[in-house]
Amino acid sequence: MFNSSPIIVGLELGTSKVCAVVGQLSDGGVLNIIGLGQSRSRAIRKGEIVNASDVAEDIRNAIVEAEQMADVEIRSVYLGVTGGHIRGFNNRGFHSVVSADREIAPEDVHDVIKNAKAINLSAENRVVHVVRQHFSVDGQNGIADPVGMFGARLEVDVHVVHGQFTRLQNPIRAVKGVQIDVENIVFTGLASSLALLSNEQKELGALVIDIGGGTTEFIVYSAGTIKHTGVFAIGGDHISNDLGYGLKVPLPMAEKLKIEHGSAAVDDSDKGVAIQLPCETGLPDRTLQVGHLRRIMSLRVEEILELVNEEIEGTGLREYMRAGAFLCGGGARIPQIDKVASRILGMPASIGRTNSMSGLKSALDQPEFSTAIGLVKFGSFEQQKHLHRTGPLHALKSRFSQFFRVG
Amino acid sequence: MMTSPEFAPVMKALSIRVIGLGGAGVTLVGKLHAESPDGVRCAVIHTNSRVLDHSPCDERVLLGAKLLRGLGAGGDPDLGRAVAEDSAEQLKSLCSDTDLVVIVAGLGGGTATGVAPVLARIAKEAGALVLAVVAVPFDFEGQRQRQAQAGLRKLRGAADAVLCLHNQKVCQLWNEDTRALEIFNNANELWAQGVQGVLNILTRRGLIHVDFADLAAVLRGRNSESCFATVEAAGENRSRDLIEKALAHPVLDHGHALTEADALLVTLVGGPDMTIGEVNRIMDALRRQPEDAQFIMGASICEEFAGRLSLTIVAAKHAVQDIDQPNDDKPSGGERPGDPQIETQFLRPPEMESLSASRFVPPPPELTESKKSELFARQGGRGGKMRKTGSRWRQGQLPLEIISKGRFEKSQPTIHHGEDLDVPTYIRRGIKLN
Ligand SMILES: Nc1nc2c(ncn2[C@@H]2O[C@H](COP(=O)(O)OP(=O)(O)OP(=O)(O)O)[C@@H](O)[C@H]2O)c(=O)[nH]1
Ligand SMILES: Nc1ncnc2c1ncn2[C@@H]1O[C@H](COP(=O)(O)OP(=O)(O)O)[C@@H](O)[C@H]1O
Ligand SMILES: [Mg+2]
Ligand SMILES: [Mg+2]
Repeated sequence: MFNSSPIIVGLELGTSKVCAVVGQLSDGGVLNIIGLGQSRSRAIRKGEIVNASDVAEDIRNAIVEAEQMADVEIRSVYLGVTGGHIRGFNNRGFHSVVSADREIAPEDVHDVIKNAKAINLSAENRVVHVVRQHFSVDGQNGIADPVGMFGARLEVDVHVVHGQFTRLQNPIRAVKGVQIDVENIVFTGLASSLALLSNEQKELGALVIDIGGGTTEFIVYSAGTIKHTGVFAIGGDHISNDLGYGLKVPLPMAEKLKIEHGSAAVDDSDKGVAIQLPCETGLPDRTLQVGHLRRIMSLRVEEILELVNEEIEGTGLREYMRAGAFLCGGGARIPQIDKVASRILGMPASIGRTNSMSGLKSALDQPEFSTAIGLVKFGSFEQQKHLHRTGPLHALKSRFSQFFRVG
Repeated sequence: MMTSPEFAPVMKALSIRVIGLGGAGVTLVGKLHAESPDGVRCAVIHTNSRVLDHSPCDERVLLGAKLLRGLGAGGDPDLGRAVAEDSAEQLKSLCSDTDLVVIVAGLGGGTATGVAPVLARIAKEAGALVLAVVAVPFDFEGQRQRQAQAGLRKLRGAADAVLCLHNQKVCQLWNEDTRALEIFNNANELWAQGVQGVLNILTRRGLIHVDFADLAAVLRGRNSESCFATVEAAGENRSRDLIEKALAHPVLDHGHALTEADALLVTLVGGPDMTIGEVNRIMDALRRQPEDAQFIMGASICEEFAGRLSLTIVAAKHAVQDIDQPNDDKPSGGERPGDPQIETQFLRPPEMESLSASRFVPPPPELTESKKSELFARQGGRGGKMRKTGSRWRQGQLPLEIISKGRFEKSQPTIHHGEDLDVPTYIRRGIKLN
């Protein structure tokens, strides 16, 4: 089969798995997912690389599997980035409209955005995304497109996602090290939200929480734009580690117990229920209480959700998130997590679905794949914009190239 | 200068003798010598005359001058012990009229390893209390590591309290390209800070006073493991900075040493500007072990510390520790995380399978198992390509994490508002499981 349309590949270097998803943009602009590859991630902790050679091999394995399935050759990817160093904040840019008649021109928009991007980050930090929220003209807020309006003072609100330069560079280096180009880097929380949320949900206001192996990303939308983002370097590994510690079992066993018997809540019916531990050591059989396991686990899950809740509290936007919370990442599989999340966050919460996608639909609608699918979506937006050759994209590209200059 | 009497150093000061043994000990005491608190006198002992000559200390003792001709013990602890026994009288006079003898040494070589237990015994016989603060070798030092462990056992039997600095832990701070000399310099910096901190605890009268008996109580027990560290902070956010520095300290295992400690001694020294709120905040943040663990805190105020805070932590873990006793007919004391028994369990193949299965999302159904293996076979034949797949499941490379060290050993600790979130939530919240 030969198809000339360009392919778009999303690559997530997760703490649990390395995952590559291949998409293809049809002539009609419809995005089709045509392949997926994954390998177990051995060299990533808390979303960041700890061993360069192992990660290279894991990347190769995932890429080769995706290539085989999609029957394409992968040369470049949109790469997800995460880690405890990544932060988001809002910033405002100003610009005085200069033309004699005070009609706002595209150049004014360009300038005001440039000013909003001129952020005082400390030397070690770099911008990952600058997302435009809204314009205001002479104090009138909430304007989506000011071109053609009249006014003297143009302002723009942006959301900025930034991270530490060296730590952003590590995954880029790893990918380039296996002879694959990086088209762009994307915050994984943003990517997941692109996979899960429809435009209506973004308008209504929504929260996406991606609970992975070593990190939990969150992103807040309101009135159609991004209002807040962040990462906590805690995830499913912490749950397993807590269980291993508390139940005195080795980590792989803790991981298994978590999947088979875990829950985000302790029920009355758990009382007195015991699990027989497989006995491979020649030691006498051990039993442990399901109630203990779920108690340890629920405390950790609640804590993760409470941390996100604190962040939501800080934005003052809780009432504006009318579509509710959407969970993804492997952590979304924890039984009862939707109920617990709904209680803690004070809004409806459910498992997110990646449905606005054609192709390998049922196979892909798994919470672990949201990030990689969202990366493909990000890529498709970028490529479509590319076709239209708009200005801001060019700026984005040249900004991104800074990551390659050093090293 | 006026100082209010209760804040001043104790008047009838404890007399303390700090004695550096062997190469490492001589180096360290040379550093401490210049800024030791009142009432502390320093001395150095070695078998190597050239090293001794370079020490800034006034009181220097060359052991085995005849037998070893001032050339060192050549890594043989038996020689070190022999020359120490030979000079017992000289060592005894060094320890007379002293309340506390602090032995500072790097174990693993010949001199310090051999001399330290003898000196500890002699000092006790002379009526002094004995604290040893020793560095143990890097993992790669092999033979020396074994010698050091043997010496440590003897020393624990002879001294009242022993504090260890693991060179290996300190070394995590630096990457592979760091020069060896630099590593020692850095290690010595942490070591000196720790010893200074401990001396401060013992020589200053506190608001909340801590003395040698408290220190010895924390370090009690032949097989307990201990560590110690001192950190300082100044400026507006000093209490938060201090907590963060402590939790990031390599010697304290990124805070794990605190969580796992069975006994903890935490002392804070600040200037007259130190507030009770600061003391509380810091103590609260550091008190993170299970309820039944021993926690001793001290605080003292000292003019010289105006504007800054200095925190010294001594943590000890007794030989067997239990967090939760599962409903188990058999006593499972031997099964706690980190026990060798458990380590061997990690190597068992059945566990591996369960791990890989649970960590994976089921592959998309479009790609069946047989198709996959077919593809993999084919892909082996894609010669000439730059990328190559390795075997997917390499048994030898399975994660062999030991829970007590945790899965987060290699990564930065997750600190949020001064709290180390890598520590199990139920422990931080002090929740008992049964
Ligand atoms: N932290 C630290 N450790 C050191 C230093 N120098 C040596 N060591 C460690 O201490 C151990 C003992 O080394 P030395 O102090 O040279 O041994 P010694 O007691 O002089 O014995 P001989 O050389 O055999 O006479 C070594 O194996 C190192 O691990 C130092 O400056 N700092
Ligand atoms: N059924 C389940 N119950 C609890 N945790 C689960 C379950 N399924 C997967 N997980 C956890 O989800 C995490 C993996 O999620 P994933 O999104 O793939 O992580 P990452 O993107 O960081 O690689 C692991 O910690 C895994 O244990
Ligand atoms: Mg993920
Ligand atoms: Mg020597």
